[in-house]
Amino acid sequence: MAVRIGGGQGFYGDTPAAVDGLLADGIDYLCLEALAELTLAILQKDRQRDETLGYTRDLPRYLAKALPSVAAGRTKLITNAGGINPTAAARAAIETAKQMGVSGIRVATVLGDDLKPRLPELRDAGMTFANAESGASFDDFPGEPLFASAYLGARPIVDALEQGADIVITGRVADAALFLGAAAHAHGWGWEDWNRLAAGTLIGHLLECSGQVAGGNYSGEWWTIPHPWDLPYPIAEVEADGTAVITKPRNSGGRVDFDTVRHQLLYEVHDPAAYLSPDVVADFTSAAFTDLGDDRVGVKGVRGKPATPTYKALLAYHAGWSGEARAAFSWPDAYEKAKATAALLAKRAEMAGLAVDEWCFEFWGANALGGPTAPPPDDPPEVGVRAAWRCADERTAAVVGRELIPLTLSAPPAGFTGMGRQGGGRPTELLGIWPALVDRKLVDENVRVTIEEVG
Amino acid sequence: MPRVQLRELCGYRAGDKGDIADVAIFADDDETYDVIVREVTAGRVKEHFGSMVRGAVERYEARNVLALNFVLRDALGGGGPRSLRSDSLGKTLGGALVRIEIDVPDSLAGRRRPRPDVAWADEILSSLPQR
Repeated sequence: MAVRIGGGQGFYGDTPAAVDGLLADGIDYLCLEALAELTLAILQKDRQRDETLGYTRDLPRYLAKALPSVAAGRTKLITNAGGINPTAAARAAIETAKQMGVSGIRVATVLGDDLKPRLPELRDAGMTFANAESGASFDDFPGEPLFASAYLGARPIVDALEQGADIVITGRVADAALFLGAAAHAHGWGWEDWNRLAAGTLIGHLLECSGQVAGGNYSGEWWTIPHPWDLPYPIAEVEADGTAVITKPRNSGGRVDFDTVRHQLLYEVHDPAAYLSPDVVADFTSAAFTDLGDDRVGVKGVRGKPATPTYKALLAYHAGWSGEARAAFSWPDAYEKAKATAALLAKRAEMAGLAVDEWCFEFWGANALGGPTAPPPDDPPEVGVRAAWRCADERTAAVVGRELIPLTLSAPPAGFTGMGRQGGGRPTELLGIWPALVDRKLVDENVRVTIEEVG
Repeated sequence: MPRVQLRELCGYRAGDKGDIADVAIFADDDETYDVIVREVTAGRVKEHFGSMVRGAVERYEARNVLALNFVLRDALGGGGPRSLRSDSLGKTLGGALVRIEIDVPDSLAGRRRPRPDVAWADEILSSLPQR
């Protein structure tokens, strides 16, 4: 019998509203994918301020919707909302359950993805932590790692479900593995059943970005998507043999068809014939899709190969501080005026002795997003300039933008205006991301599942 | 040979991993797919992005969904949490890619994807209190 899995979150900041539709339609598992690369950096800043933080703080809002179904035994919930502090997330989940008067459910916590405390030990064991993107040696790592998390796979999730967990909270588990964990547990798939593991990973990949497979961020005829203000979240009906149907709740807006599904299939996958995951190397080019109509797309034939001996890990370093400021000009000669003002800002910052290590100037209405791919501006009706800068210290980053304000009256180009309110102007801490590979055995030996029952 | 901009032939979606941008384009049919496989090479994409993409460009084929995926390295100003760019996650690079103009056979010369009709949005917007 097919197991129904819903994708209820695509990132930290997504809306829980569409979770109602999934639960009403009936799902056996609700998977909440909360962690982009950027998210760990945000959570790291939270944890720096307060040791009880470091998880995605919208988790209780999702739980408020899901707990009645969980408590009734209809749905199990799997999420990586634990971020870099799954223990704190589990505490928040239990607290939410108690506040709602829910009891008798089991909350599992998966630990072991956090490599930061183990870095010296892992280095001694021969892990180089060389940058997997640039090849740079770990000896050149800038400062101390702010976090170091390995991408775990689906196994600890299945372990937790086998121990009777109703809610599974993990840290950095690979996005698609949340969904694979549900399918592998429901159907009892083996850990060397590469084709099924690949199918579960592909299905998870399709669901992990919530509305993005159901008509969101869609380059086809996006203006024809029904109820675009209330996009539904996706559901996969997964059979024991790994075939599946991707769909959405009945009587909802959005769209699931071959085109929306293939848009999501290739999203951020690098080589689609060898999608590297902790559990399997999946060949997304082997999948056959059938548009069944009525917002149902069949998937079959997915092939996989044995997983690599390594897990991906993500480390981060402090990379300075940034600030930004904006101004705008109208026709005539808007682009030239904006460029001149950008140059004046840089010149004034230099005169004030402010050390700026990097600038970024964007000319909105000309080529801010397209850069060199945009056609040369042809006397546009208006151009905004956004200047951003990076400085080694926070105080410098905070004051660079002040050099723009006097230019309201004291810059030659006519017609300088602001672009909305400038906001607090507080600098943002920048973080550099350092991907690395680490021996899976050395990580796995430290992975633990703990279960707590809400009394 | 007639030339057509990729926007008339393909859909697109873009995302990121660190300082790498991933940009996929999707052909509407087999004939178009064969043309983009021939015309939209990694080198062509690298040249198109110029100073925006500082590293190498790799191309992957997914014939099962009539798609090409381009991996653009050193392309996001240092990657999401480090980048000074507004589009630090490269979400808009799909649109930037389909600006490319390619040579097509006569059969594809008149291809034109539909243009948006957002009358429903105008209706919503005109119903709001604004001054």
